[in-house]
Amino acid sequence: MISVIYIMWLRQIKRYFRSKARIVGSLGQPLLFLLVFGFGMGPTFEQAGQGNYIQFLTPGIIAMSILFTAMFSGIEIVFDKQFGFLKETLVAPVSRLEIMIGRTLGGATTAVFQGLTVLVLSYAVGFRLTNFFTFPLALLFMFIIAFLFTGLGTAIGSKLEDMHAFQLIMNFLLMPLFFLSGALFPLTGVPKVLSVVARLNPLTYGVDGLRASLLGVTQFSLANDFIILASVTAVILAIGNRFFSKMQI
Amino acid sequence: MKSIISVKNLTKKFNGLTAVDNVSFEIGRGEIFAFLGPNGAGKTTTIKILTTLLLPDAGKIVLNGADPVTSPDAVRNSFGIVFQDSSLDDELTAYENMEFHGVLYKVPKEKRQKRIRTLLDLVDLWNERDKLVKTFSGGMKRRLEIARGLLHHPKIFFLDEPTLGLDPQTRNHIWEYIKDLNKNHQTTIFFTTHYMDEAERNAKCIAIIDHGRIVAQGTPNQIKRKAKKQNLEDAFIALTGHAIRQEQTNNTDNMKARIRVWRGRRR
Repeated sequence: MISVIYIMWLRQIKRYFRSKARIVGSLGQPLLFLLVFGFGMGPTFEQAGQGNYIQFLTPGIIAMSILFTAMFSGIEIVFDKQFGFLKETLVAPVSRLEIMIGRTLGGATTAVFQGLTVLVLSYAVGFRLTNFFTFPLALLFMFIIAFLFTGLGTAIGSKLEDMHAFQLIMNFLLMPLFFLSGALFPLTGVPKVLSVVARLNPLTYGVDGLRASLLGVTQFSLANDFIILASVTAVILAIGNRFFSKMQI
Repeated sequence: MKSIISVKNLTKKFNGLTAVDNVSFEIGRGEIFAFLGPNGAGKTTTIKILTTLLLPDAGKIVLNGADPVTSPDAVRNSFGIVFQDSSLDDELTAYENMEFHGVLYKVPKEKRQKRIRTLLDLVDLWNERDKLVKTFSGGMKRRLEIARGLLHHPKIFFLDEPTLGLDPQTRNHIWEYIKDLNKNHQTTIFFTTHYMDEAERNAKCIAIIDHGRIVAQGTPNQIKRKAKKQNLEDAFIALTGHAIRQEQTNNTDNMKARIRVWRGRRR
C-alpha cells in the first residue's frame, strides 16, 4: 500500500521538477500580481489606513499559486487518460484509492512547493513574516488548500474527456474562486452579496488561515478557518475518489 | 487441455451499437491465440473487458480461474498487457517506467532490478534506460511496453495490435521475443491483429471477428478448410464478404477485393 502511494507520489514529483518551463511559467502570474497590485494598489490601501498592502496581499498570492498548481495537477488526469498512461495504472492490481491518494499527495506537494517559492520571492518585494513560531501552521494550511484543490481537479478531470473545457474551468471556477476569496482586498465593509459569496468560498478560509498563521491577523479565527477548510476538503476528496473509482476508459 | 480463458456469450453495447455480439471462445493454457479482424470489429473492446477496463453488458468470463467483473484484482494479477496505443509515461525514463510497473505489481526490489535488467537487455533498450521515453521512436516504445508487460511474469499476455505501424524487421524481432516467452514460460498469448500473415504465422488458434461476431475459429488450416480456400486471406473474404483492410486500401485494391468477393460468392 505504502510503496504504491510512494511511487505515484514520486511520479508526480519527477514530472513536476522535470518541466522547468512549467515551474518558471507558473511563477509569472503570482509575481505579476504581487508587483502590480502590491505597488499599484499599495499607496491607496495605506492611505485608507489599512496598513501595509504587501503584507496583506502576500498570503493571498501564496494561496492563489497553490490553488492554480493544485487544480492543474488534479486535472492532469485528463492528460493521463489521453496519452494512455492511466490504463497502465488502472489494470494494475492496486486499488483506485491507493492511486488517488498517491496522486493527490504528489499534486499537493508540488503545489505547496510552489506556494513556498512565492513566499520566498515575496521577501524581495518587502514581505516579512511577523511570527516564525506559527509558520508550521501556515504550512499546514498550505497543505490543506493544496489537498482541497487537487481533489477538486481530480474530480473534474475524471469527468472530462479532453482539455477543451479548460478555459471554462479557468474563467468560471478558478478566477472567481481567487477573486472572491479576500486574497486581494479585506472582506470587511464590502457589499452584503460579496461578503456572502466570499463566505461560501472555501478558499476564503484558506487565505484567512494563512494570514492568521503568517501575520497573526484574522477575520474568522484560526480555529474556524481550520475546521471549515478541513471539512470541505474531506468532502471534496471523497467526491474526487468516488468519481475516479467509477471512471471507465 | 484445460482452458485459461473462457468466454461465454459476451456482449457489449455502446449507445445502442453492439460492439461485441454474443462472443464465445476458449483459450488453452500455453496457447497462442489470435483475434483477427478489421478495425472496429470489437477486438479492443473484448480485450478491455477481459482486462477489467470495461464492464460487459452480458456474458460469463473466467480468466485464470477468476471473474473480471466480480474479482478484478485477482484477474489483474494474472495478466500483462500491451495496449494498442502507448501507455508509457513520456516524461519518465525507460527505467523509471519499468520501476513504476514493478512497484505497482509488488515485485520485490531485488527481483525487480534483476528482471528489469534482463528484460531491457532482451528488447535492446538497456543502453537507453536513462533516456526520457518521449525521445523514443515508435518501435522503441513498443519494445519497452512489451518488456514492461512481462516484468511481473504474467500467466496471460494480452497484445492489442502489437506490431501496428512497425517496420517488418521490428515486427519479426518482437515476434521472436513473444514466441520464446510462450515456449520457455508457457505464457498464454492472446493477441489481436488485422495482419493475415501475422495471425497465420504465429497463432496456433485463430478467431475471426467481424462486426462484433465471431464468424469462424480454429487452427489456420481448419479455417481454410471450412472456407474451402487455399490461403487465409481468401478464407477471410469468403467468410466475411469483404477484405480485411478495405478502408485502408486504394481504389485498385478495392476493385480487386470486390472481384474476389464476387468470385468467391459464385463458387
